[in-house]
Amino acid sequence: MSDSWVIRNLRAIRGRAYPRVIGSIREPSWVIFDIALPLLTVAAYVYLYKFIDAPKEFVGFVILGGAMTAFWLNILWSMASQLYWEKETGNLSLFLMAPVSRMSILAGMAVGGLFFTTLRAGSTMAIGILVFGVALSLSNPLMLIAIFVATMVALYGMGMMLASLYLLFGREAYNMSNLLTEPIYLVSGFYFPVSKLGFWTAAGASVIPITLGLDALRQLFYPATGVQYAFLSIHLELVILCVLCVVFIFLSKASLDYMEKLGKTSGRLTLRWQ
Amino acid sequence: MRDNLRTFKNAAWLGWQMESNWTDPFLFATYSIVKPLAGTLILVFMYLVITHGDTSTPGFSYMFIGNALYMYVAEVLFGVTWVIHDDREHYMTLKQVYIAPISFYYYIFGRAAIKIAITSVGVLLTILFGIFVLDVEVSLASISWPLLIVSLVLGLAAICIMGLALGGISFLTAKHGQGINEGVAGVFYVLSGVIFPITILPTWAQSISKILPVTYWMEAMRRGLEPGVITDLGSTTGMDGMDNWFLMLVLILSTIAFLFISVGIFRFADKTARRKGKIDWTTAY
Repeated sequence: MSDSWVIRNLRAIRGRAYPRVIGSIREPSWVIFDIALPLLTVAAYVYLYKFIDAPKEFVGFVILGGAMTAFWLNILWSMASQLYWEKETGNLSLFLMAPVSRMSILAGMAVGGLFFTTLRAGSTMAIGILVFGVALSLSNPLMLIAIFVATMVALYGMGMMLASLYLLFGREAYNMSNLLTEPIYLVSGFYFPVSKLGFWTAAGASVIPITLGLDALRQLFYPATGVQYAFLSIHLELVILCVLCVVFIFLSKASLDYMEKLGKTSGRLTLRWQ
Repeated sequence: MRDNLRTFKNAAWLGWQMESNWTDPFLFATYSIVKPLAGTLILVFMYLVITHGDTSTPGFSYMFIGNALYMYVAEVLFGVTWVIHDDREHYMTLKQVYIAPISFYYYIFGRAAIKIAITSVGVLLTILFGIFVLDVEVSLASISWPLLIVSLVLGLAAICIMGLALGGISFLTAKHGQGINEGVAGVFYVLSGVIFPITILPTWAQSISKILPVTYWMEAMRRGLEPGVITDLGSTTGMDGMDNWFLMLVLILSTIAFLFISVGIFRFADKTARRKGKIDWTTAY
C-alpha cells in the first residue's frame, strides 16, 4: 500500500463528500424542508404526550427521536439507495472504473452525509428544545460524545453495507427504503423507550445501531427517567456499538466485493429501468 | 364523456401497474400493510407506555381512528402530486401524456383513484386491527352510516382537489414537490385534531385549526364512526358546539372553494410550465 494509493483514496473520500457538504450550503431550501418537516411530526407527538399527561421528559424523548430520524432517513435514501441512483444516472460505471477503492467512494458518501445530516438533526433538536422548553442534562459529555460517535460509525457502516445490497435492486430499492421507515421507527423506539417492546424485540432491534444509541443518549440526557426506562446500561451499549462498528465495516467491504462481482457476471451493474 | 371515463379507467390501470407490478402480489400486500400498521403502532406504544396498557379510554380510540383516517390525507395528497413528478422525472412520459388527445384532469384523478383504493385497504385493515386487537370503541350498530359515507366522499374529493393544486406547483419546482406535499400534510397532522383534540394546542393554533377543512372532516368522520367516543370526550374536542349539518356545510363549501382555487393554480402552473419549457424538464432528482 503506497503513499500515493493512500493519498488517492483520501482524495476520493474528499471528492465524494464534497458535493454533499457544498450542497448543504448551496441549497438553502433545506432549512424549511429538512428542519421544519421533522418538527411537524415532533410537534404532533409532543402534543399527543401532553394529551395523555405524560411526564415532561417524554417531550425530550420525542425531540431526540425526531432529530435522530434525520440520520435514519439519510441512511436509507442517501446511503443505501445511493449506488442504485448512481446506476440509474450513469455514474456507477465511472466510480467502478476510477483507480480508487470502492470503499473510499462509500466512505466519502458517509462523511458528506454525516456532515449535512448532523447539521439538520442538530437544528431540529435545538429548535425543538427552544419551542417546547425542554431541559437536558449534560453531566457526562465525554460519554455523550463517545456514544454519538460510535452510533454514527456503526450506522454509516450499516449504510455502506446496504448500499452494496441495494445495487442489484430495481424498483425494489425505492419500495424497500419506503418500507424500512416507519417499522424501524417502531422497533428502534424513536418516540418511546425501546425497553417497552420487551427484551427480545429490543435485543433484535439492537442490530440497528440507532436503537442502542438512542437508548444511551436518553439515559445521558435524562439520568432519572432515562435510566428508569433503559434497555441496557450505557457502558454495555457502548461496547455493543463498538462491536457493531467493526462488524458493519467488515460486512460492507465483503458485500461490496460480492455484489460487484455478481453484478459484473450477471451484466446488471449498468442496467437501468429495471 | 365516454372518452374521459376511458382515460380515467386506463390511468387507474396504469397507476395500479406502477404501484404493484415491481413484485409479486403477496410481497406487495405485505408492503402495503406493514408500513401503515407500523406507523399506527408507534402511536399505540406511545400511548401504552404512559397509560400502562390501558386502551379502554375514549382518548385512545380518538387517537387510533384519527391516525387511521389520516392515511387518506397523506397518501392521496402525495399520490396526486407525485403523478407529475413521477411521469416527468422518473418515467419521462409526461410529454407523451400531454400530447395525447385526453383530459389531463381525468388522467390525474384516475391515477389518484388507485391510490385511494390501496389506501382504503390499509385504513380498513388498521381499523379492524384496532377493533379486534386493541379494543378500539367502534361498533357496527352505533355507526351513523349516512354521515360516515357523505363525509368520506366529500373529504376524499376535497383532498384530491387540494392535491391538484400541489400537483400544479410541482410543475414549476425541480425537487420541492415532495417537501411541499409533506409540509401541507404535516400541518394537517398537527393542527387538524388527527391524534389529539385541537384544545390541546395553544389558542393561536386552535384558530388556525378552525379554518382547515381537514379538522371538520376528521370530526365528521369520527361522529359517523365512533359517536360514543365523541360524546364521552365532550368539550375536549373543541368542536362540540357544531352540529352535523354545520360540519357538512363547511365541508361542501370548502370543497367548492378549493375546486376553484386548485383549478386556478393548476391552470396557471400549467401555462407557466408550457411557456418556460418545463413540461419535459428533468433534473435527475
